[in-house]
Amino acid sequence: MAMIDRSFTIIIWIMAGLVLLAFGWLVSDVVVQGAPKLSWQFLMDEPTRSGREGGIYPIIVSTLLILMTALVVVLPLGLGSAIWLAEFSSKSSKRVRTTRLILDVLAGVPSIVFGLFGYAFFCGFLDLGFSILSGGLTLACMMLPILIRTTEAGLAAVPQDWRKAGAALGMSRTTLLWQVLLPYASPAITAGLLLSIGRATAETAALIFTSGYVDRMPESINDSGRALAVHIYDLSMNVVGGDKASYGSALVLILMVVIINLSASTLSEFWLEKKISRLK
Amino acid sequence: MLSKSLTLLLTLYIVFAGTAVVHAKGNTRLVLTGSSTVAPLALEMAKRFEKSHPGVRIDVQTGGSSRGVVDARTGRADIGMASRSLNQSESDLFSHTIAFDGISIILNKSNPINSLSNVQIQNIYTGKIRNWYQVGGPKMPITVVNKAEGRSTLELFLHHFGLKNSNIKASVIIGDNQQGIKTVSGNPGAIGYVSVGAAEFEEGYGTPIKLLPMSSPLSRPLNLITKQAPDGLAKQFILFAQSSEVNDLIEEQYFVSLAAPSK
Amino acid sequence: MSEFLSPPKNIDRWLGIGLSMLMGLVALLLILIVAFLASEAWPVIQGDSWARFFNSDGWYPLENKFGLLPMLWATLAVSVGAVVLAFPLGLGSAIFIEYYAPRVIGKPFSSVVTLLAGVPSVVFGLWGLTELVPLINNVHPPGASLLTAILVLTLMILPTISLTSRSALSSLPAHLLQNSAALALSKKSMIVGVLVPTASKGIVGGVLLALVRALGETMAVLMVAGNVVQTPSGLFDPVRVLTANIALEMAYATGEHRAALFASGLLLMVLVICVVWMTSRLSSGEVNGYD
Repeated sequence: MAMIDRSFTIIIWIMAGLVLLAFGWLVSDVVVQGAPKLSWQFLMDEPTRSGREGGIYPIIVSTLLILMTALVVVLPLGLGSAIWLAEFSSKSSKRVRTTRLILDVLAGVPSIVFGLFGYAFFCGFLDLGFSILSGGLTLACMMLPILIRTTEAGLAAVPQDWRKAGAALGMSRTTLLWQVLLPYASPAITAGLLLSIGRATAETAALIFTSGYVDRMPESINDSGRALAVHIYDLSMNVVGGDKASYGSALVLILMVVIINLSASTLSEFWLEKKISRLK
Repeated sequence: MLSKSLTLLLTLYIVFAGTAVVHAKGNTRLVLTGSSTVAPLALEMAKRFEKSHPGVRIDVQTGGSSRGVVDARTGRADIGMASRSLNQSESDLFSHTIAFDGISIILNKSNPINSLSNVQIQNIYTGKIRNWYQVGGPKMPITVVNKAEGRSTLELFLHHFGLKNSNIKASVIIGDNQQGIKTVSGNPGAIGYVSVGAAEFEEGYGTPIKLLPMSSPLSRPLNLITKQAPDGLAKQFILFAQSSEVNDLIEEQYFVSLAAPSK
Repeated sequence: MSEFLSPPKNIDRWLGIGLSMLMGLVALLLILIVAFLASEAWPVIQGDSWARFFNSDGWYPLENKFGLLPMLWATLAVSVGAVVLAFPLGLGSAIFIEYYAPRVIGKPFSSVVTLLAGVPSVVFGLWGLTELVPLINNVHPPGASLLTAILVLTLMILPTISLTSRSALSSLPAHLLQNSAALALSKKSMIVGVLVPTASKGIVGGVLLALVRALGETMAVLMVAGNVVQTPSGLFDPVRVLTANIALEMAYATGEHRAALFASGLLLMVLVICVVWMTSRLSSGEVNGYD
């Protein structure tokens, strides 16, 4: 018995080690090749010679704008839908089951299909043109199913006792939701948000067709702006001699994701603690 | 806390977005879309053009030759970009060549083979020769690198060697030039064909590939496409793109300028 | 699922209606996407011309051969292979973070996993193409193969499985742990016998999310899979998946060829719908967790 237990522990450690090893290989590859390129100037300059030289400042700005556009749409829409699914609908109704099916299918739409769809619908049909707005909206479509599913799971995991306590205090469902359920579920929501942000910042195929390729500073969200992932793809696959700058940009993108992750999880922990302590 | 910072973020964002919604389109803006091969070149040309024409904005988008043709026809773009000639169904459009792109066969540097005849290349690509020793090299299986269906480089290659795509026995199929170069440089037994300029640059840069001498040059035109005979800003830009003012930009992208069509 | 116990008040009704409308909007999105794909693919699927997708030998659109079957099998092989590898690793690392890792290791380790979720697919592809492909080429040329695609995809979907499993495990009620402790179960039996099964709904959801993500992944697979259209017969065979087919050829396709590419997008959607439907059938039969 103890033997089995010990070997289980060892297996778990080995698995964790494997994950770390693969990750270390990947990241060290990017760091070794990208670090020499990284400098203040690289971050603050405009790209020149198709990105082989100069920096990536306008591209960082475009990336953040696209991400913000997507978040502005995705947060209310995603959280709202998840709350409806978890708290306002009866779990076994046909409508809910169909909705859930639709969400899972939506999560499996290939990014390139989203790209072609965004190109036809947002750029064409809604006449938004190649713009940060079109790109952000397309990304929002991709992020929605991930955020909804994880938020729903988070809400479902809130113990029933909390709801009973809320009801006993005469709280409206809305108050209960805001004061108790959402804070309690916030780690799960954050995890979902981070997953979807990760997917969004890493997206290439959907953005080439919607937010576009223009690498100058965007003046507004109606301007076309190149995202970092698109830049990386173009440099590594399309621009002769662009490898170094490509790895440099990849390193910047990874650092960006780290910063977003750290700040998001800090925020959510803070929210959770504050709300819970107020309840007690 | 989260809600407050979110509200703040939202407000800032809406202010930013709001101020920006009204902006003139007018005739000071030109949209180019299409070929990923032409796009980096057009982007650089556009930047130089903007400098000498203050107030003009040229947006270059990528996404492939066919998209360039379609966008030019539907008017979604003022000018389309294509790394191929127009085909029969597209003969109602106008094309303007701005440069040429040559094609070369490449091998891994460690491969001792220094030349192949056209017949040998045909036999390799059709799978009749599957090992390098059959053409005087070491005992090593051949990795045949081919381009994806529809690519102009593929059509050119097939036409030049009189092959049919369904007869080719490929081991790897690639999209863009750089993928081809990375595939061949990482595989001692590989053979592929890519843009000459790109291959020459990478070879000079130390990437382990080498170019095979070709009996006759293979090249394709890089075109700008318009729906009608160009006028106004579009005409100015096309003339600019065909002028000697941009020769250095064309060379910088490792293409062949109009002034010297055969290299 | 959880139900409110307090009676609904006016504000709640309005909120409920508003929220269900949001949900409707999201559902509309899928309909829009499928309609869009179908309308673009229409020229090649109307009448009985869709039969070409299944009885042509090979994919040579310019020679009027539109066989999609080999790519369908390749897509399945790559995705299932990746999930089979990523599932134990992802679940294992979630268990590691929740129950085994000392706090000093657990926290950084979990941020490493989150980070992995944010690495762009292009970077995975680039790494696979320049590091993994040459390595596998030494074992068996051409290196770009089913195996390489599976390995790269495993890394890409691992964070999805790990993060969702972890959030399912971490939201288990504390009394479960106490009860198991009271029964004097060993740590391993507690995890394998109680905790993981209880959280299975969330874990299965994560695996499903990962599987559909794998089915839809484009750029990284395109860069490492070799892209030869053939039914995979071994791990070292180069293969082309449906998404890579779209990405590789869309840029240069016109007419029927273009429509056929949209049809392959549609086929992919059908595949995803089948997987999702099957999973929902499976999970609706099982005992409903802890509520």
